[in-house]
Amino acid sequence: MLNLQGYGPSILQGTILTIELCLASLVIAMFLGIITALAKLSGSRPLNMAATAYTTVIRGIPDLVLMLLIFFGGQVLINQLGPMVGYEEYIDINPFVAGVSTIGFIFGAYMAETFRGAILAVPDGQLEAGYSYGMSRFQVFSRILLPQMVRHAIPGFGNNWLVLMKTTALVSIIGLNDMVRMAALAAGATRMPFTFYSVVAINYLILTSISILILNWLNNKYSAGIIKD
Amino acid sequence: MDFSIIFGNLDIYFEGLKNTLILVSISLVIGLIFAVPLAVLRTSKNLAVSGPIQAYVYCFRGTPLLVQMFIIYYGMGQFEPIKASFLWFFFKEAYFCALFAFTLNTCAYTIEIIRGAIENTPHGEVEAAKAAGMSNFLRFRRIILPSAFRRALPTYSNEIIFMLHGSSLASVITIIDITGAARIVNSRYYSPYEAFLTAAVFYMAITFIIIWLIKKLEIRWFAHLRRE
Repeated sequence: MLNLQGYGPSILQGTILTIELCLASLVIAMFLGIITALAKLSGSRPLNMAATAYTTVIRGIPDLVLMLLIFFGGQVLINQLGPMVGYEEYIDINPFVAGVSTIGFIFGAYMAETFRGAILAVPDGQLEAGYSYGMSRFQVFSRILLPQMVRHAIPGFGNNWLVLMKTTALVSIIGLNDMVRMAALAAGATRMPFTFYSVVAINYLILTSISILILNWLNNKYSAGIIKD
Repeated sequence: MDFSIIFGNLDIYFEGLKNTLILVSISLVIGLIFAVPLAVLRTSKNLAVSGPIQAYVYCFRGTPLLVQMFIIYYGMGQFEPIKASFLWFFFKEAYFCALFAFTLNTCAYTIEIIRGAIENTPHGEVEAAKAAGMSNFLRFRRIILPSAFRRALPTYSNEIIFMLHGSSLASVITIIDITGAARIVNSRYYSPYEAFLTAAVFYMAITFIIIWLIKKLEIRWFAHLRRE
């Protein structure tokens, strides 16, 4: 069996941090995604332009560059803004916050496209019927639109989630103790880089495999009652 | 914003641009060359043929590119036989390791894209080719692959852009690509905005040029579907 020379627990800790990071970023990404998708469909020109600018810019820049920009740039920005509001001490940006906000910000743009497609896939008549029953905009959204768009959103959402999980490996570069960094530390100490990075790769494979199983289950659940051709 | 930092260091960025373009184009070309035959074999009903390819694709699509690159760049040094052989001449070079990792990665994704396109070939076309007495090889060459390439183009253009963005990871193992140039400038002047925003502009420019070129190619390839 694999001998991790006592570094097993620290890799496990890193794995837990990776999972936390994935879930926290996912929450931000979904929130930004749904807002951006609604802005794109709102018919208001300024909102539409802002949303389009956001999704276009994000898709043109590599994740790593954005992450370094937010991590290093955010540090400078906060310490310039701090004195203006009367806070004199040096502020350190928490790498976890930088990582989560960057990944959430990036995948918000991808989620927006998925959600926009899913919203458009719900027939207009459904929404009109809701309004003609006297439902408010929010009621139509939560009772009619949301339950029906989930089915159309799941495949795209699943892809985004799988890419998001793999992107979290980048946080090791800005010094967050995720499993890649824990493996790097262990590899440095034991001179067994192949062993430790392979363990991390297998962990990622396990995470993606579990995700795929859950996504398939969700897909079947929300496709209930739909006849496939 | 201090523009003198940007203009004073443009030569580093252009050096980085050159490395990024070399890494991305070589890995995409080699990846595609291997992906086409492997995708055809992947559709085989014989599990001994399609199984190993499926396993390769699954492993490379299920793990981060960064980890793959680390396994190749740092991991190979763990084995004395590799260090003693001529292979070490390649694996000790960061440039080769990045290229190797990128190629294996893009090849796996491309196999999956082409496989999807092959499996979506209309059944009638395949039957017609069989009825005309075409051999297996001829059928792939004349009927299945040409239409599969057309169907794969929009997805493959995404893969090209993912590879461009993924290539920024090369900067982590000491290669001076565009991101590497930005990291040098940032550490030299401690000016993250100037350094990374310039890199972002470079990447965006390349991304838009690629999208524009693909649009042109789509117009050519889909000319027969255009309405007058």
